Amino acid sequence: MLNIENLTVSVDDKTILKGLTLDVPAGEVHAIMGPNGAGKSTLGYTLAGRSNYEVTAGSATLNGEDLFAKDVHERAAAGLYLSFQYPLEIPGVPALTFIRTALNAQRKLRGEGEMSAPEFLKTTREVAKSLKIDMDMLKRPLNVGFSGGEKKRMEVLQMALLKPKFLILDETDSGLDIDALKVVSEGVNALRAPDRGMLVITHYQRLLDHITPDRIHILVDGRIVHSGGPELAHELEARGYDEYLGEAA
Amino acid sequence: MAAVKETIDTVQKLETYEHGFVSDIEMEFAPKGLNADIVRFISAKKNEPEWMLQWRLEAFERWQSMDEPDWAKLNYKRVDYQDLYYYAAPKQKVAPKSLDEIDPELLRVYEKLGIPLKEQMVLAGVEGAPRYAVDAVFDSVSVVTTFKDELSKSGVIFCSISEALREHPELVRKYLGSVVPQSDNYFAALNSAVFSDGSFVYIPPGVRCPMELSTYFRINASETGQFERTLIIADKGSYVSYLEGCTAPMRDENQLHAAVVELVILEDASIKYSTVQNWYPGDAEGRGGIYNFVTKRADCREPRAKVSWTQVETGSAITWKYPSCILRGDDSVGEFYSIAVTNGMQQADTGTKMIHLGKNTRSRIISKGISAGKSSNTYRGLVSAHARAAGARNFTQCDSLLIGKTCAAHTVPYVEADTAKAQFEHEATTTRLSEDQMFYAMQRGLSQEEAVALLVNGFVRDVLQELPMEFAVEAQKLVAISLEGSVG
Repeated sequence: MLNIENLTVSVDDKTILKGLTLDVPAGEVHAIMGPNGAGKSTLGYTLAGRSNYEVTAGSATLNGEDLFAKDVHERAAAGLYLSFQYPLEIPGVPALTFIRTALNAQRKLRGEGEMSAPEFLKTTREVAKSLKIDMDMLKRPLNVGFSGGEKKRMEVLQMALLKPKFLILDETDSGLDIDALKVVSEGVNALRAPDRGMLVITHYQRLLDHITPDRIHILVDGRIVHSGGPELAHELEARGYDEYLGEAA
Repeated sequence: MAAVKETIDTVQKLETYEHGFVSDIEMEFAPKGLNADIVRFISAKKNEPEWMLQWRLEAFERWQSMDEPDWAKLNYKRVDYQDLYYYAAPKQKVAPKSLDEIDPELLRVYEKLGIPLKEQMVLAGVEGAPRYAVDAVFDSVSVVTTFKDELSKSGVIFCSISEALREHPELVRKYLGSVVPQSDNYFAALNSAVFSDGSFVYIPPGVRCPMELSTYFRINASETGQFERTLIIADKGSYVSYLEGCTAPMRDENQLHAAVVELVILEDASIKYSTVQNWYPGDAEGRGGIYNFVTKRADCREPRAKVSWTQVETGSAITWKYPSCILRGDDSVGEFYSIAVTNGMQQADTGTKMIHLGKNTRSRIISKGISAGKSSNTYRGLVSAHARAAGARNFTQCDSLLIGKTCAAHTVPYVEADTAKAQFEHEATTTRLSEDQMFYAMQRGLSQEEAVALLVNGFVRDVLQELPMEFAVEAQKLVAISLEGSVG
């Protein structure tokens, strides 16, 4: 599924990722944990194709397709979805319009037909209900004036509608109270599927209580320094990153 | 949603200026240059009454003593007024009586522009489909007005101003120049002297005009100034929605367009006036393009009169335009909704004036300026309250969006109140098209151009909603097309 090989990335001439290698097979959920400044968000942005994130070495493929050969929107159409730590407000564009435009743009790139308005509305209504999102909210401009929890639920709504093959969740738990965290996690768990992979980027173990990963990787100073099973999260919670910081240096 | 989709499709389909074709039509010109004889020539060509000629000559005299205004934030090569043609008309032996008699080439031009000139075709459309009466002005002359008979059943007069001078001289004489006097400003004076045609509308008391009225202006002839004059009178308790659309061919010289629009609104009447202006903006280096120097003003002459200006300005090399509202009648209402897009080397200085004279008059200004390329986009607006305008209220919102790093946006609001009992609010924002928003939209599957179109459509949404629906779609497309290639 997602294969990252020796990835080196600089931002403004500063090297952030220093030869990162990672494989996430289809059907698995992997977590990336690490201290602030380790390069966790950089990994998500680089895979999604943000400008200023310069790949100086290494490769990344999704189902064998070279991600770095594609534009941002082509990666999205190829099935890569990045859930933002801080989802953007889009003034004047109703959430429904935004999502439907994005969905149809992706379908067009993949050579599929447009989804009809009634079908789109029907699907959206079902997903919105499961995420406790009021349909009226979807008529408002996307994320404008939404609370942190509402914004994260909109991110999950979008994943559920766009049906990506691979999900990257960047600090999805930040700014969520416990109730919102539950709704969001349930939404993500519902998307776990044998042909779909996920990468959960998080600083704290809290989110991983709700979305249980198959593997956890510890990212320190641009490299993965340790990998293990889900129990690793609790060890980290108890002992912190200190022992790994030494390892990286 | 469909509109957004359509915008995106259009962006992908179209290249630059869609209406840049030149039509090969036999034309009749007056000699180049401007003097009293040319004014007489134009008046004679139109078989005008003597008073009209005198009115024009007065305007010409005043114009000669006036100076071209230079206070706008516009930088352009001044026009040589003696090096222009002031009259160009498609050659026709006799005035056309029906569509069948019109030069087929001319009809093809309008077909290319997508104007539903052929009444029969429109009539053959789906029952209940919207219908538009159209006055088509080609260079300086109105060539055809559709649906006249049907409109006249409800007492609505919709014809070219030349025809109105012949058929309804008393109305024209009463109202012409009553909102924009001959000597109002340099360009209005010039227009008053040499205007050759335009549209005339009269809505009788209590009548709600049964269909949208629209005028399409097309500049075609080279080195020709276009000076059209529009006069709309909404009598007591009446309503009309009117739309004008403008296009011109690509030429590498600058062409002058100096129009005057006068709206007279009587007691309890209401006019909705929408403009989609897409004159040729010039090329990427700033060669060619239309100089758009336009005076538009509405006079809410009696109590509870209402006017609403909506403009979508995407074309022209230079735009100098301030559709204004004189709120004379007590409780009258003025609105101005504007989208001004500049790209390449375009310069726009546009806005409005809300002159509160009557008690409890209200006005609202929503201006959305978008600048890209190396363009300059200025909002200039005046809100004023006279001493007797107690209870006057205004709300102004001016938002500017910058795309790229080489464009400019300016906001110049003037606020004057001679009464303490007026309440004015002004909000303004300037933002740059955010890379974060772009990345977010693209991560969800939109290409760069699609993302720009979507974000910009969101920015102008408040104003697009004010346009008649069919035109909102057209306007949305125009905005997207105008901004093509502005990012990346």
